Amino acid sequence: MDLATDTRLFIRSETLKHRAIGDRLFKWLTLLMALCVFVLIVLIGFELAKGSSLALKKFGWSFLVSSDWDPVNAQFGALPFIFGTLVSSLIALLIAVPLSIATAVYLTEIAPLRVQQVLTLFVELLAAVPSVILGLWGIFVMVPWCREHLFPWLRGTLGFLPIFQGPIYGLSMLAGGIIVAIMILPIITSVSREILRSVPGLQREAAYALGATKWEVTRIAVLSYARKGLFGAIILGLGRALGETMAVTMVIGNRPEVATSLFAPGYTLASVVANEFAEATTDIYLNAIFEIGLVLIGVTVLVNALAQILLKTFAGATVAQPH
Amino acid sequence: MDTAYHRWRKFKNTFMQLLTCACALLVVVPLGLIFYHVLNSGIGSVNWAFFTQLPKPVGEVGGGMANAIVGTFELLGLASLIGVPIGVLGGVFLSEYGSLRLNWWIRFGADVLNGVPSIIWGMVVYALIVVPMKRFSAWAGGVVLGMMMVPLIMRTTEEVLRLVPNGYREASLALGIARWRTSVQIVVRTALKGIVTGILLALARVAGETAPLLFTALGNVAWNRSLSDPIAAMPLQIFAYAISPYDDWHRQAWAAALVLLLFVAIINVSVRALTRDRFSQRS
Repeated sequence: MDLATDTRLFIRSETLKHRAIGDRLFKWLTLLMALCVFVLIVLIGFELAKGSSLALKKFGWSFLVSSDWDPVNAQFGALPFIFGTLVSSLIALLIAVPLSIATAVYLTEIAPLRVQQVLTLFVELLAAVPSVILGLWGIFVMVPWCREHLFPWLRGTLGFLPIFQGPIYGLSMLAGGIIVAIMILPIITSVSREILRSVPGLQREAAYALGATKWEVTRIAVLSYARKGLFGAIILGLGRALGETMAVTMVIGNRPEVATSLFAPGYTLASVVANEFAEATTDIYLNAIFEIGLVLIGVTVLVNALAQILLKTFAGATVAQPH
Repeated sequence: MDTAYHRWRKFKNTFMQLLTCACALLVVVPLGLIFYHVLNSGIGSVNWAFFTQLPKPVGEVGGGMANAIVGTFELLGLASLIGVPIGVLGGVFLSEYGSLRLNWWIRFGADVLNGVPSIIWGMVVYALIVVPMKRFSAWAGGVVLGMMMVPLIMRTTEEVLRLVPNGYREASLALGIARWRTSVQIVVRTALKGIVTGILLALARVAGETAPLLFTALGNVAWNRSLSDPIAAMPLQIFAYAISPYDDWHRQAWAAALVLLLFVAIINVSVRALTRDRFSQRS
């Protein structure tokens, strides 16, 4: 071996070493960034737990079942807010789920391509409307309309049910539910659409071959096949509904009561934080609000994790997460 | 064969198809109504003063929200400083490196973060930044929006990087180009348009966020002179004006809603029109 090759080999190994360092550095850098996801999750849990430690100690589990919300006497219970969050989300699901799944069916199974593209764009645009603008529209357009037309009509026709009785204010649990329904329509629609699109064409062809009509194909071969995925889409919508803040705060009336009538004002976990966080002057008050946040994050993370697991284990689905 | 049962099935078929079509139309109705009302009520108050003047105190007619418009862009800039590098590099890791199991968990974590209510982000950053600094600030507002952008950008970046054919990577590696340079100069560059799309969509999404700014950026009726001071933002201003009892403020709120809605809608529509090939390719 002469000197020349020796040097060349030496140079080669030096650049290789260099390169290996660059590779390793870059890999570690990207890994670090990717792990930020977990850092953020831990941060959320830690800050909320730290912020609510006083209230956790003082109220314990009774926080969840007490309906006292009295900052002056430092008595705090989250029941009215938990109730309001659950009821408004339930109303939202009742309205949004049939509409969005039907829309997803129309988009994937029935609509011509052109219509499909335009409608999809509209659904995506609806998803992009900021919550506060929806709230503004809710206050000045939707709530007055509900007060003048929808609610009196509901009381007239379904007034025998206790949930549709009592005085009509406009700002109410029902109005909050409707606004949340509008907000979760796009996400349930677009996730369901992805799910239905991932149903294999063979499924449909098999049903057609048996002589089924288009609707029968949809019902037997598509909807029942995609049941698990669709359930995931609904749960994902529920997760969004539980955490909706601005639009709900603006139309739900913000009164901490557990009322039977849907025409009565309500209050949700997210909106009590939005409204009272800045007013919380005492430590225990602020702690109680942080504990509300803890309850909210606990519920939404559980619901979201369930949705993700359902969507990710849905056979054959490569479902993109819409934002 | 034309029995009553067959006619019933045919009827049901037509009926259900029409019903789904009607539902699809019903989903679009709120969008139409919102655009109509925002346009109708806002257009009258969008004028030169709206873009150039500061808000006037109660009782004085006129004024604008120049500070809120600039504030929103400042916040978006600060947010990008956090959201873009973390999101894009994290996306590169998911697509180019990592093991199947680790990536599953990271993706799962990102999707869970996407579902965290925006108000919660506000509380976390309040405890993290506002309390130690003892003041509401533009920094805190930028950080909270940036954190919210991280999972959004990470997922879209990963998705577009996966669309880059493996042949590109192999060709580059076969030429003796280092792996990290392959990732940056070949893979990321090829998918750059898609990455930028994802960033723009994430910006459009956080531009309208109000809840996380309520107790971080706080809002401001004057110009923001330092990033350590509270800063105004359009969504905050819309909220404050909407729940106020003054007609003139309501008009301003509609005007701001119009500007913000157009901003968000234009980004969404143009980005999707520009990348239609890419998106249809994916499905």
